[in-house]
Amino acid sequence: MTTSNYATERETTEGKVFTVTGGDWDQVVSGTDPISDERIVVNMGPQHPSTHGVLRLILELEGETVREARSVVGYLHTGIEKNLEYRNWVQGSTFVTRMDYLSPIFNETAYALAVEKLLGITDDITERANTIRVLMMELNRISSHLVWLATTGMELGAINMMLYGFREREYILEIFEIITGLRMNHAYVRPGGVAQDVPDDAIVKIRKFLDLMPKKLKEYENLLSGQPIWLERTQHVAVLDVTGCLALGVTGPVLRSAGLAWDLRKTMPYCGYESYEFDVPTHTDGDVWGRYLVRLAEIRESLKLVEQALDRLKPGPVMVADKKIAWPAQLAIGVDGMGNSLEHVAKIMGQSMESLIHHFKLVTEGFRVPPGQVYVAVESPRGELGVHAVSDGGTRPYRVHYREPSFVNLQALPAMAEGGLIADVIAGGASLDPVMGGCDR
Amino acid sequence: MTAPNDRNDNAGVPVPVTPAGASSTAPAEYPPASPAGRGMFGTQGSGDVSGFGGLVRQRKPVEGSPRPYGGYFDEVRDALEEAYPQFGEAIEKVVVDRGELTLHVRPERIAEVCQVLRDDMALRFELCSSVSGVDYLGADERRLHVVYQLTSMTYRRRIRLEAAVSPEAPHLPSVTAVYPTADWQEREAYDMFGVVFDGHPNLTRILMPDDWEGHPQRKDYPLGGVPVEYKGAEIPPPDRRRSYQ
Repeated sequence: MTTSNYATERETTEGKVFTVTGGDWDQVVSGTDPISDERIVVNMGPQHPSTHGVLRLILELEGETVREARSVVGYLHTGIEKNLEYRNWVQGSTFVTRMDYLSPIFNETAYALAVEKLLGITDDITERANTIRVLMMELNRISSHLVWLATTGMELGAINMMLYGFREREYILEIFEIITGLRMNHAYVRPGGVAQDVPDDAIVKIRKFLDLMPKKLKEYENLLSGQPIWLERTQHVAVLDVTGCLALGVTGPVLRSAGLAWDLRKTMPYCGYESYEFDVPTHTDGDVWGRYLVRLAEIRESLKLVEQALDRLKPGPVMVADKKIAWPAQLAIGVDGMGNSLEHVAKIMGQSMESLIHHFKLVTEGFRVPPGQVYVAVESPRGELGVHAVSDGGTRPYRVHYREPSFVNLQALPAMAEGGLIADVIAGGASLDPVMGGCDR
Repeated sequence: MTAPNDRNDNAGVPVPVTPAGASSTAPAEYPPASPAGRGMFGTQGSGDVSGFGGLVRQRKPVEGSPRPYGGYFDEVRDALEEAYPQFGEAIEKVVVDRGELTLHVRPERIAEVCQVLRDDMALRFELCSSVSGVDYLGADERRLHVVYQLTSMTYRRRIRLEAAVSPEAPHLPSVTAVYPTADWQEREAYDMFGVVFDGHPNLTRILMPDDWEGHPQRKDYPLGGVPVEYKGAEIPPPDRRRSYQ
């Protein structure tokens, strides 16, 4: 073994110890300043633990400073919008629920509202169906924000936050499973109402959740809100003001964290939101910290909404009365998920030929939707989720376009990241809460 | 038996016969062509599987709505007419349907109209919610429509702008200078429909791979696919299935 100039050795009782020093590199690089002279391009993603799925970022770095950032999307493009054109209107719910997989109920509700508006039956949706939609959407908002908290916590170094966030989200997914038969991708909210009624044991479980969640929220706040590392990583990081948000089309918690109380549930209500008591939390800093506070406060508001919705649940139908539109089956949850109830199958197969014909026609062919186009938007956990639906008068959508908040909001990433540190790209990107399934559709 | 058995000598023994349409080597055959066209119910084009195959759905041209439109629509129109002197030339028609206002704009004027809609005090459409395309194949020669959903946060209003271009000259000005948020959405409309937004800073594909050919959400884009065999029967590819025609 040779001893170099850069490592001196000495004998200790534990053995030989080398002390590595810098050597003469100071003299070698004395003429240049590698920090300011060198620009490197770093390709981050599409497979990267902190890009929220398959987002690819191309970063031009000067030392640790990001000079230019470009995001590349499309790795999760599944052609759902095109697929919708080849299924009937009801089958569409099964597709759109798979877009933004963290907020499936919102995708379904926006789609159902658009189809109902095209059909002109918006006012015929029963009160119970609307209440259930609000209930499910708000539970979904909580679960989506919990995933945001969990993943952002993990990306900024709070691994325990990830475990806690996913643990509580699992509770909501269990509630969803009782109600819809599936943890995700429910296809539960359908044009005309919801697929089936909420069972009693789900109500019990939701009540338990309402007791449990405020304590858990306190726990998260104790864990994060006063913690110096969390504050350092979030405060004054990835700032975007209202002007920037509006120019780039950013809506949702990011816009509200900049100070504009724009929430479609208040400003352009749907599903009866105008009759609920809740506040729109805002913050004025427009940084990651503000977005964290806004989302935590939104979970609390959603809990209020869930409680009000539970109190309002009066017995009644959950589907429109019009049998030409309402799904013919009384669906039921079986061991393998949601399906036709046995009573219904017994009726159409054993007793009523007309019922069978009706069922067959509505299921295979579907209902017709008068020609025209509508745009309907709901407030998803990520911002304005809009559906532009066009009908040519047939049984299948002529065109459905989703205005996905993940897609639109991701455009703001360069504005947040450029000029900051590379570590803050992660914080800024996470604070947008992009879901690539929704972004790429 | 009275009739002589002239086929074979092992009478009574079943002979395996390949059922029509269930062969694993030949694709499923369509029923004999009828005057109404091929397919079980004789449907073609309309996608009608109801059995009334002879019916053809007519697509009525979209017509302008008469005034008064009701709601805030009259105010928006009046304010735009006042703020934008070329209104009569730029706006092809005004349609009110299902409680939504649609302004059909001449494509070359779209950026100007957006600028006025955003900046005028009485209009204030600050947010461009969505830009997307629709392909009205067979409607008229300007079949590619670009649809803009604008939101006024000040007045809590929404309107829709629609600009139609032909696939031979699919050009219209980009609105990215007015609404930077239209950047990616115009790229998506270009990707899916082949509409070229002149003046866009970086009009490249966004969802499809860079080297993709064609624009998949055009209605005449072939679906492709391969026939799939399932339990001896062959399921034809999507665009050749009966209900897809």
